[in-house]
Amino acid sequence: MPRTSHWIVRRLSHLDGMLLVLVLLLLGVSLAVVVSASGQNPARISGHLINMGLALGVMVVMANVPPHLLSRVGPPLFFAGVVLLIGVALFGEVRNGSRRWLNLGFMSFQPSELLKLALPLTLAWYFQRNEAVLRAKHFLVGGVLLLVPFLLILRQPDLGTALMLGASGFYLLFFAGLPWKVIFGGGVLGAASLPVVWSLMHDYQQRRVLTLLDPTSDPLGAGYHIIQSTIAIGSGGLFGKGWMQGTQSQLDFIPERTTDFVFAVFGEEFGYVGVILLIGLYLAIVARGLVIAARAPTLFGRLMAATLSLNLFTYAFVNIGMVSGILPVVGVPLPLMSYGGTALITLLLGMGILMSVATHRQLNKS
Amino acid sequence: MSLATQLKNLDRELARFHGRLKVGAAFVALLATALLARGFYLQVVQHDHYIQRAESNRTSRVPAAPSRGLILDRNNRILAENYSAYTLELTQAKTDDLEATLAMVGTLIEISPGQLRRFRRLLSESHEFETVPLKSKLTDEEVAIIAANRYRLPGVEVKARLFRNYQAGPGMAHVLGFVGRINDRDLKKLREDGREQNYKGSAHIGKTGLEQSYESLLHGRTGFDQMETDASGRAVRMLSRIAPVPGKDLRLHLDAGLQAVAEQAFGDYLGGLVALDPNTGGVLALVSRPGFDPNLFVDGIDPETWKALNESPDRPMVNRALRGVYPPGSTIKPLLALAGLELGLRKPSDSIKDPGFFSLPSSSHQFRDWKRGGHGVVDLRRSISQSCDVYYYQLAVDMGIDRMHDYLAKYGLGEKTGIDLDGESSGLLPSRDWKQRRWNKSWYPGETVIAGIGQGYHLTTPLQLAVATAMLANGGIRIEPRLVQAVRDPHAQIWQPQAGGARVQVAITPEHLDVVREGMMDVMRPGGTAARAAAGAPYTIAGKTGTAQVVGIKQGARYEASQLAREHLDHALFIAYAPTENPTIVVAVVVENGGSGSGTAAPIARKVFDYYLTGKLPDDMKPEAGLVNE
Repeated sequence: MPRTSHWIVRRLSHLDGMLLVLVLLLLGVSLAVVVSASGQNPARISGHLINMGLALGVMVVMANVPPHLLSRVGPPLFFAGVVLLIGVALFGEVRNGSRRWLNLGFMSFQPSELLKLALPLTLAWYFQRNEAVLRAKHFLVGGVLLLVPFLLILRQPDLGTALMLGASGFYLLFFAGLPWKVIFGGGVLGAASLPVVWSLMHDYQQRRVLTLLDPTSDPLGAGYHIIQSTIAIGSGGLFGKGWMQGTQSQLDFIPERTTDFVFAVFGEEFGYVGVILLIGLYLAIVARGLVIAARAPTLFGRLMAATLSLNLFTYAFVNIGMVSGILPVVGVPLPLMSYGGTALITLLLGMGILMSVATHRQLNKS
Repeated sequence: MSLATQLKNLDRELARFHGRLKVGAAFVALLATALLARGFYLQVVQHDHYIQRAESNRTSRVPAAPSRGLILDRNNRILAENYSAYTLELTQAKTDDLEATLAMVGTLIEISPGQLRRFRRLLSESHEFETVPLKSKLTDEEVAIIAANRYRLPGVEVKARLFRNYQAGPGMAHVLGFVGRINDRDLKKLREDGREQNYKGSAHIGKTGLEQSYESLLHGRTGFDQMETDASGRAVRMLSRIAPVPGKDLRLHLDAGLQAVAEQAFGDYLGGLVALDPNTGGVLALVSRPGFDPNLFVDGIDPETWKALNESPDRPMVNRALRGVYPPGSTIKPLLALAGLELGLRKPSDSIKDPGFFSLPSSSHQFRDWKRGGHGVVDLRRSISQSCDVYYYQLAVDMGIDRMHDYLAKYGLGEKTGIDLDGESSGLLPSRDWKQRRWNKSWYPGETVIAGIGQGYHLTTPLQLAVATAMLANGGIRIEPRLVQAVRDPHAQIWQPQAGGARVQVAITPEHLDVVREGMMDVMRPGGTAARAAAGAPYTIAGKTGTAQVVGIKQGARYEASQLAREHLDHALFIAYAPTENPTIVVAVVVENGGSGSGTAAPIARKVFDYYLTGKLPDDMKPEAGLVNE
């Protein structure tokens, strides 16, 4: 018994206290909102609790994996991910007009999920390997590593995921020191190519952008979600209507209200004060992550910590922006708030990596 | 590369990384600010707007239709009432396949071809998302069958609805009229009148008869339930309620028993009858033969039945009492006699010698008397009792058409009586001026001659004849007939008398009126034209017979009833009041193609008088007409 408890204490000592508290706070809020949004549906609540338990377990495990071991997992995962993406392109299942799912017989999943972690891991591993001799060509290789899965996912088509993956790859290149002139040059080029991109977009994607610009143009169709969620948020006011008191939420006006649109429920029931606190929690996590990045002993650790932190906030921004009507509806869940096992596990896996970086301070032995 | 350079490089790299971290932090701060600004805009700046939209999202006003007022006769017998029944209704927009659904319903419960035709007609008049009845008055068993199969029948619903029932039968259809489903035309009219809101929950509206003319009283005020509804429109709970105000009940002057007696007295004949209370103007009976079943129209009539009714040569949909226009024939004579006296053209004792025909000076054309060889010496009283045509040919010529027109106009001929029913005809009271305007032709003297016996251009409705006769009975008070006597708020249970119609006194010299009345009493006495119809009556009657030509008879030819097809037979007319010393009832009857006023029209009036004044039912009639008291 003493040995077991000692082992447990050692395992738990790799958790970052501050991050843990922040994550648990967010999960607590998430539980409260899902209880309300699901109409106290026991299956939803217990499912959410199980997902949280699993994800927290994954986080504890990841926190104990030293970064140098982690960095080696990246390339094979990346390779596997890209192979699977090609598999999807060839044999994938079509759902809702796009080819995203791979049916493995017993389960089906989206390989793009795998790459959300594999891409930064691989890029960080790659830059770590070439740390001493970093040159322009390494950024070029990094760019290619980023573009391959990006384009594969884009042609599924899954614009949202592709952009999110692109953002995480870009963050990593940015923190690795991608020259400013390349960034600005790319920015100008990107802006110039917007019309081309627009013409390459699928009808439904164009429609989404258009209804975003004017949701009232299609109040019964694509604009309905945005209209209803902005009504929910706006009607919440400063202090909200109170937990389980949101009329928009409780009377089914908000679609997908335990998953993608959970922020609308939160905004309606907890008001602007709640929104400030929620965004404050995300900012605190980002701040902690950036501190961890600043203190990390290895380039791999620094790049991973900084990228994961910014990535988390990007997800939150895209989701809240979409639900409150300033970004297109792209189907991104709200990190640590939305109901859904895969996303929660992926996120806490990232938190585990952050904690691992924070608590494994010695230089690699390699 | 030396270790020193490597470390130096590392330091520089680290410094650059920290710089980039700051840029990253600034970027995050920027995004966070954007979100907080958006939140501030939605939740603080625009809060009032969105709270309002959320409220209108969650609440809806569900109309609660009022129950329609009842219609009762003067003895509180129910003529029109409501009942609740289950109906099978279908919403096209909610069905997957309308034809398949109809076929499926047809296998479960019996749907008649007529119901299906009616359904298709209503469907073609409705919007796709409107609910259309397929079958009403479902039995409990049918309700159970449909309920058990509901999952297979999307868009099919069983609903409890209030229906109108007219149990008084076809004879009352022209009085009560009927309600029908609100159509586009009704909706447009309601919108124009600003009454649309009050019909939000109503499916029916009065289309004809009393149901139409008293619609605003009968309908009541629609209530509204403020409901909390979810996104799919399902009501979750009631937030507040404005209760509907039920429609007012109507009590008529009309006696359902009298109406039934009059109706039956017509036998197979078509025509119209109006019985009035000469003192109040109350309508005691208003018959138009043939009637029709108003219940057919309540929930939409099927096209074939409608076609049959509408195209029937008997024209059952026309209210003959109000809209049937007939030459008054000899029933005009008492009024003309009175005109002659009042205008100073005749004295009661003035008499003529009737050779059986009349000719205008400088014309060889003979206007014949109905009696070959004439009536001999005829004074005013006898001119009425014998219905002497020649007397009135001469009188008309002496009076001239324009004075005739002006005098008869005082008795309401040529204009609407103002009864509380819509669609009344004003008939036609000819004059020189009228002919000039209508036909752009001058008046011929011969036209004045035949106007003297109520032929030619003269057209009157039975209702107009009844009103004019009432003026002879009540001493010259022109009354506006009224069907409704009193109105009741169903909650208060107190009858509020309804204001009667306008009353205008026409000045008549009493001695002149008495002579005319005597003449009309002589009609009913032995030797008078309608003496047979008055035989054995325990009260006295004053009356006048009349016949109106349907086809012209050639000069020199004879009207031979037995040689004419029924539709070419003369219309039979009769006007009368009783009892003569204190008249309480006036009757005007027109029997289409009845032949002679004394033979067919007067006996009908006699049966009406008997029932109303003595309670005696005709021999061939059972005591109860099947109506229940309230």
